[in-house]
Amino acid sequence: MKTHRAVRTPGGLSLRVDVRTLVVGTLLLLVALTASVVLIGTGDFPIPAADVVRTLLGEGDPGQEFIVTELRLPRVLVGLLVGASLGLAGALFQSISRNPLGSPDVLGLGQGATAGALVVIVLFSGTANQVALGALVGGLATGFAIYLLAWKRGVHGYRLVLVGIGVSAVVTAVNGYLLTKSDIVDAARAIVWMTGSLDGRDWDQVWPLLALCALLVPLVLANSRGLRMMEMGDDVSYALGVRVERVRLVLMLSAVLLTAAATAASGPVGFVALTAPQLARRLTRSPGPNLVPAMCMGAALLVSADWISQRAFGAGQLPVGVVTGVLGGVYLLWLLVTERRAGRI
Amino acid sequence: MLVESPPEQRADTAPAHPNRRAPLRVPGLFLSAVILVLVALASIAIGAKDLSLQQVWHGLFEDSGTYGDAVVADRLSRTVLGALAGAALGLAGAVLQALTRNPLADPGLLGINAGASAAVVTAITFFGVTSLSGYVWFAFCGAAAVGALVWFLGGSRGATPVRLVLAGTAITAALFGYLQAVMILDEAALGRMRFWTVGSLSSANSAVIQQVLPFLLTGFVLALLLARPLNAMAMGDDTAKALGAHLNRTRGLAMLAATLLCGAATAACGPIAFIGLMVPHVVRSFTGPDMRWILPYTAVLSPVLLLGADVIGRVLTRPAELQVGIVTAIIGGPVFIHLVRRRRTAQL
Repeated sequence: MKTHRAVRTPGGLSLRVDVRTLVVGTLLLLVALTASVVLIGTGDFPIPAADVVRTLLGEGDPGQEFIVTELRLPRVLVGLLVGASLGLAGALFQSISRNPLGSPDVLGLGQGATAGALVVIVLFSGTANQVALGALVGGLATGFAIYLLAWKRGVHGYRLVLVGIGVSAVVTAVNGYLLTKSDIVDAARAIVWMTGSLDGRDWDQVWPLLALCALLVPLVLANSRGLRMMEMGDDVSYALGVRVERVRLVLMLSAVLLTAAATAASGPVGFVALTAPQLARRLTRSPGPNLVPAMCMGAALLVSADWISQRAFGAGQLPVGVVTGVLGGVYLLWLLVTERRAGRI
Repeated sequence: MLVESPPEQRADTAPAHPNRRAPLRVPGLFLSAVILVLVALASIAIGAKDLSLQQVWHGLFEDSGTYGDAVVADRLSRTVLGALAGAALGLAGAVLQALTRNPLADPGLLGINAGASAAVVTAITFFGVTSLSGYVWFAFCGAAAVGALVWFLGGSRGATPVRLVLAGTAITAALFGYLQAVMILDEAALGRMRFWTVGSLSSANSAVIQQVLPFLLTGFVLALLLARPLNAMAMGDDTAKALGAHLNRTRGLAMLAATLLCGAATAACGPIAFIGLMVPHVVRSFTGPDMRWILPYTAVLSPVLLLGADVIGRVLTRPAELQVGIVTAIIGGPVFIHLVRRRRTAQL
């Protein structure tokens, strides 16, 4: 393997570094940050990129500082965090289900969170924060339901996927019912929420998501060695000393929490969780779950998509979920055709 | 009305070890037809205003000029459309299950209904098509496009039931993302389509039935005629070819039948899932694997399920109604999970 380098310390510790993955991860992070700076500068009151950077470093003029730190920075941070969470959750689910399509969108976690939010919107006409709480509860409840229903002397990857699809169908039906029951104003609000949007997000959405990511990302990365083994099959990983069921439970719980929290913050932004890990894997050309590159890719994708939606349609016109949905749909078609040729779908 | 007489010459084509349940199949089919008639009567009698059997009789056969007659006429077209759509979706599911050799195939799960809906919404929003006879063609195109994609995927080396269903679900998710985008951009479309996109019989009238009937009847005949070729296909491509089956012709005709049935049913009622999954499975458990019995039974019992779900939806939230697509999904999701949890299917 030419792309791997081993770093050894005199004390006998050693670390294997995949150079290509490292470079790709760094580049993606740079793309995400650049896109963030450009996105902060975009809007009814455009700010040049240099001024944005200066303001972020605390040296801008007060007018720009208000716009940047109070209005646009939280929105961009929510975008970065949601993208990273979805990318990571997607990589985890795809690795656990051993299928590129086994992402949280397809498994109905997004639908479950939507159901929670719709209940709050339609039945209680709740505030934005109550909607977010509803989404979190809905996503977690759906995740538990899928895990319990798929449990049968352990959770098999494929059974998990199919049970997820079944649960998703039921939840989608409930969502449809709630949508038909609502009046047209609530329905329009619900539809926008259901598409996923970053409009009007402020620091209240940033902090909970940031705290959750700070907690879960290290936990996931600590378990990622086991996940890599599990891609070879449960039996092999048992033999290699991985506690398969425990690792799977911890990682699935983390992925469900990440998805539910991301959905609570921005609504179910479609296809980021499906495409980010796939694109990251193609760039790193590395087997295994590719967790960190998937996170960076998710963040870069979401922020870029938000920029596209603002540039193409004007601020606040079209939610970011429409852009990711359309681009993701096209990518999905391409994925279906190429993966079919490789016999993986 | 949809009861097909059993195929002739059963004696010389029957397997060497005759199924011991075989003698019960003909009476069973009649029993199913009786159940269908009963459910249809219930569908006419039960609703926001309950009618007595006498009023139903008057409405159907002796014009008494009362308010009950109008209710019966309204519910009659709804019942007929429900029966037709149910039979169409059930047959499409049975044909698709045989064609892809996939026990989890269903027009809803494979995304074919979603393809038809996306095309109909496109027709209504962007091309200004307003009549059902106009957008039914779009529905066929959408259903055929997704059907072709699914077939293309199903033909690959590693195609397993799980992968096909996953592909179908992903396609459905993408198409519903598109539907949502349309509904966000066009609030008038949202008002009209949020009811249609869950699957509902409430728009039924005799004009709708007349417009979809030719397509549905063609689909019914085609599907029922395909029973024998599909039986041969079940033995595997090589054996079927050796037995003289025309593989590509059968596949093409089966896809055509499924497209006609799903496209017309979706154009009339919106996307309704799980009928095509549940009914053939139930039917197969007592007829065995012979398509010549599975298809007629499915055609008779699928309307029972759809009309039953419609009646349940009307009873549960009286005087409003729960759309039939929602009720079938709430019944069908658990059935699907049960099928998945059964050992044999999960390991496919």
